[in-house]
Amino acid sequence: MIPAPFDYQRAGSAEEAVSLIAQAGDEAKFLAGGHSLLPLMKLRLAQPTMLIDIGRIADLSYIRDAGDHIAIGALTRHRDVETSALLHEHVGLLAHAASFVGDPQVRHRGTIGGSIAHADPASDLPATVLALGGTLVVQGPNGQREIAATDFFKGFLESDLAADEMLTEIRIPKYTGAGWSFQKFNRRAQDWAIVGVAAIKHNGYVGVSLVNMDQVPLRASAVEAAVSGGASAADAAALAAEGASPSSDLNASVEYRQHLARVLVRRALTESGVA
Amino acid sequence: MQVSVTVNGKAQSHDVEPRTLLVHFLRESCALTGTNVGCDTSSCGACTIHIDGESVKSCTVLAAQADGASITTIEGLAAADGTLHPMQQAFHENHGLQCGYCTPGMVMASISLLDENPHPTEQEVRIGLEGNLCRCTGYHNIVKSVLAAAGQMS
Amino acid sequence: MTMTEDVVATPFIGSRRLRREDPALLTGEAKYTDDIPAVGALHLAVLRSPHAHARIVSIDVSGALAIPGVVAAYTGEDLASQWAAPMPCAWPVTAEMKNPAHYPIAMGKVAYVGDGVVAIVATNHTASRDALDAIVVEYDVLPAVIDLEDALSDRVVIHESAGTNRSYIWELHPQGKETVDAIFASAAHTVSERYIQQRLIPAAMEPRAVLAMPQPFGGDFTLYTSTQVPHILKIMAAITVGIPEHLLRVVAPSVGGGFGSKLNVYAEELLCLVLARKHRCAVRWVEERTEAATSTIQGRGQIQNIELAADANGKVQAVRVHILGDMGAYLQLVTPGVPLLGAFLYAGVYDVPNMSFVCESVFTTMTPTDAYRGAGRPEATYAIERAMDSLAAKLGEDPAEFRKKNMIQKDQFPYTAMTGLQYDSGDHVGVLEKAQELVDYTGLRAEQAARRASGSKKHLGIGVSSYFEMCGLAPSRVLASLNYSAGGWEAATVRVLPTNKIQVVTGATPHGQGHETSWSMIVADKLGVSPDDIDVLHSDTALSPLGLDTYGSRSLAVGGIAIVMACDKVIDKARKIAAHQLECSEDDLEFVNGTFSVRGSSDKSMPLAGIAFEAFTAHNLPDGMEPNLEAHTTYDPPNFSWPFGTHICVVEIDEETGFTEVIKYVAIDDCGNQINPLIVEGQIHGGIVQGLAQALFEEATYDAEGNLKSGSFADYLVPSAADVPSLTLGHSVTPSPTNPLGVKGVGEAGTIGAAPAVINAIVDALSPFGITDITMPATPNRVWSAIQNAHS
Repeated sequence: MIPAPFDYQRAGSAEEAVSLIAQAGDEAKFLAGGHSLLPLMKLRLAQPTMLIDIGRIADLSYIRDAGDHIAIGALTRHRDVETSALLHEHVGLLAHAASFVGDPQVRHRGTIGGSIAHADPASDLPATVLALGGTLVVQGPNGQREIAATDFFKGFLESDLAADEMLTEIRIPKYTGAGWSFQKFNRRAQDWAIVGVAAIKHNGYVGVSLVNMDQVPLRASAVEAAVSGGASAADAAALAAEGASPSSDLNASVEYRQHLARVLVRRALTESGVA
Repeated sequence: MQVSVTVNGKAQSHDVEPRTLLVHFLRESCALTGTNVGCDTSSCGACTIHIDGESVKSCTVLAAQADGASITTIEGLAAADGTLHPMQQAFHENHGLQCGYCTPGMVMASISLLDENPHPTEQEVRIGLEGNLCRCTGYHNIVKSVLAAAGQMS
Repeated sequence: MTMTEDVVATPFIGSRRLRREDPALLTGEAKYTDDIPAVGALHLAVLRSPHAHARIVSIDVSGALAIPGVVAAYTGEDLASQWAAPMPCAWPVTAEMKNPAHYPIAMGKVAYVGDGVVAIVATNHTASRDALDAIVVEYDVLPAVIDLEDALSDRVVIHESAGTNRSYIWELHPQGKETVDAIFASAAHTVSERYIQQRLIPAAMEPRAVLAMPQPFGGDFTLYTSTQVPHILKIMAAITVGIPEHLLRVVAPSVGGGFGSKLNVYAEELLCLVLARKHRCAVRWVEERTEAATSTIQGRGQIQNIELAADANGKVQAVRVHILGDMGAYLQLVTPGVPLLGAFLYAGVYDVPNMSFVCESVFTTMTPTDAYRGAGRPEATYAIERAMDSLAAKLGEDPAEFRKKNMIQKDQFPYTAMTGLQYDSGDHVGVLEKAQELVDYTGLRAEQAARRASGSKKHLGIGVSSYFEMCGLAPSRVLASLNYSAGGWEAATVRVLPTNKIQVVTGATPHGQGHETSWSMIVADKLGVSPDDIDVLHSDTALSPLGLDTYGSRSLAVGGIAIVMACDKVIDKARKIAAHQLECSEDDLEFVNGTFSVRGSSDKSMPLAGIAFEAFTAHNLPDGMEPNLEAHTTYDPPNFSWPFGTHICVVEIDEETGFTEVIKYVAIDDCGNQINPLIVEGQIHGGIVQGLAQALFEEATYDAEGNLKSGSFADYLVPSAADVPSLTLGHSVTPSPTNPLGVKGVGEAGTIGAAPAVINAIVDALSPFGITDITMPATPNRVWSAIQNAHS
């Protein structure tokens, strides 16, 4: 319950944060809301030697209409995502999924950028942003670059972010009027999903992704292809676990996770009218 | 490092290590021991306080992150004359506590819940308290307390 | 001096009086152990074994000692001279029981993950924690033993000194083993069932904390600790640490729940004492939650084999039980006795004339087990209630009707059971019928049939559980027959102060039960005063030197009666003073609403207030009478008390996911007369959810190497409000005839009734698949797998 010692610095801007972390070296970490990192540090499962506190960068907390997409500042808290009228109008799936993150206290402090940068396959938002075909904007020492969500998640708790890069914005295309569904299955409300599904269909676009079915949040490509090809929800859902390599843990065996993925995908497709 | 906050309306400034968790800052530096520590995985909510009016698990915030914030703990709820906050009163009247250890966090979480949803259903209260664990009450009378307070506080 | 205006006429007993404990707890004013300031206290931290079974080859603490603030680091050998005796086990259930010596810091060998290896003392909490990471220990790892049947085989013997992993075998055959075997051999119907009581983590919300304060030049020590048993701990700590008992004071400040887990003598309590003695300085320790998972006792841990034999009419004639108990690595305070506390309840609420019981208990390389809410009785109730359902199903009978046919009938009480114990009172059929009505049993069965006919994938299940709880522990002579090392009495003092305020001293030790409120209600009614004029002193051996503390639902049925008897003694003395001063015979006085009046002449009266002041001045007392108005009693109950009830749980199971939702839960718990129904209901609510949590959520899961896989609140699933149902409680009162309050006890009832009700409901829901049992906790994965296996 007492983290290992570390040095602490505050960044006033994304540029400053990136510059500070470049100086601090490999064992430095960004601290946003802290709700992914601090729990690990309290158990000393993570022991960064330097924290760059980016939580005070006020101009990275926003949800704004950017024409063809909604732009969300990386430091926007889950609670603000959950209650955003703009998101409810154009990307209801994301607002709804945010309401399942942790518990109310966690949602008051945790940020969407922190959750996505942490790249936990069991978290609700990485998979949701993946289904939504989002784009992640990152700040590096040489300026900004954009990464498609489909290219962002590289491994267990690993993303495409370089050590000296910081996620600054999440861009989600507008899905005004789309059918969508978010299914989260767990044993206890506050916990991570045993399996979760985010699904959306809008004009020609079909996005279906899986929570906690692999080392990374996963697009259910076979399901998407089947749906695009006109398959029924049941037929498409039967393909839900294809290409997924889920793990076994206290809550679920591999077989059970595969089964849950099929059930939840079918429910998601049906509820959303995607198939 | 120096951390300066307002706790229950009173300025507090203390020199602490960067790794100091807010709950330890409150309990040790501010000597406000009403906020309890029930776990080390941000699961139980016993340490719930308000930062700038919203419920937060104070075990999952560095004191440094709260620098400059306005904090309310369980000690800051009752009036100076001892009159309990309506939520505290509701817990008392509905036997919403037994050993009392989860209670400060439960009360703080419940106040925040009603701030955001003044007229919750029973199910909304249950879901709204998903981040707070209690081992004594089976939650039945906690839920009843919050629903009673909703009637009182509206 | 007349007090008539102040007379309190309302009987408080039976009213829903709000708790006096609440304001301090609701405002953060209450002090738990870790809230107590101690300037200059040293902080203890314990390095714990990461291996389940290993020899300690070497320990290097130099890195730890180099950390600023670290004062000392002690291995087991370093502290060996500090112990006057090994850690205590107060329940040597048989003369042959194996009880390997066990010290707060291991010497030479560790026997479970969490076993203490090094004690660090530092000037601050942070340094003590940092030091743990700087100690280097080399282990020679030995095979873990986590399976009970493997343990019994002695493939790997954990304690060489014992020569075997079997701690004891304990048998109870009141009618003779052969008699029971013969009944089984010729029975018309039998069932043979095997159930697993998984290990549980008690998870009181307050982790344990300790603060030992010496007075270096006075020779005495005060131990503040989060315990249920300051009185027992004082004796045991004195024996173990070698501090003379009269120089040791133990205080349990506000205690954040216990559920049996704080009914113990823990390594850290003893360590803080010896280190305070050694360093001549206060020493404190606070447990982290993930640390608690292995360093605080765990509960349950049994394999139960139960068989029932019934005659052609479906009347159960005999029950035969074999228990394999998991003691864990060592015997803690009452570890070996826990399975035996259930021994007498394996026939449940049924009129069964024959039984045979064998319990074998083994050591494993896991955290020691010990008492957890119900301690032996939930296990027994689970086994008989599951087995009754199984037999009912085999006979094609409705489980409720099958129970009624076999229950001890109301007119059979007091009932002498085949174990020789006498059950005080009960109405089992009555509470079952009330519960059926409350839940709409008939309607639910109809709905269940309709759903099944429709092919619904949402399966409805209805589970019944009827229980007897043996509590009010206990008649001392009965405890003697079980080789328990202490008595079962409780002490009380009632003291009327000169200004008519009252102090009640109790040997019970509340940690959430609201004794201050209940005890003041009892005394208010007895003495005719307001509860607000009564203070209840407890949980501090300096204020309450005699007591046997709070566990086993005993506080009211034993401690409450001691208070009643002390009140009666106070009234007797007051009557003598009143008679003396009013110049009348004691027999002419009646005591109503706190005032003695001469029958027939109402102007001649004397309130208790006046008598207390007279007793204080002692100016005009009867010859030979001692001054002051107070009385002390110690009450040893003549019998256990026998609360009972029926719970009915209704579940809906999603066939596709295996998810179980409890959609309705009703309980009728009859605990005799209720002092405060508000508190009674609270105890039942909490108890039910703990039992339900065993059935659906919780399990201390170990891997083959003996590592606890569910050691934090993130993966040991204590349910939240969002995960449990609203509860519906019915009402039944059958007073106990064996004590003047007619009370029985209610602290464990909910937990005892709940787990079998939930599992019976799940098995009932799944019965169309041919499923006859499901292992606890009935996780969605387990339910789904059971359905898959049934299909294939």
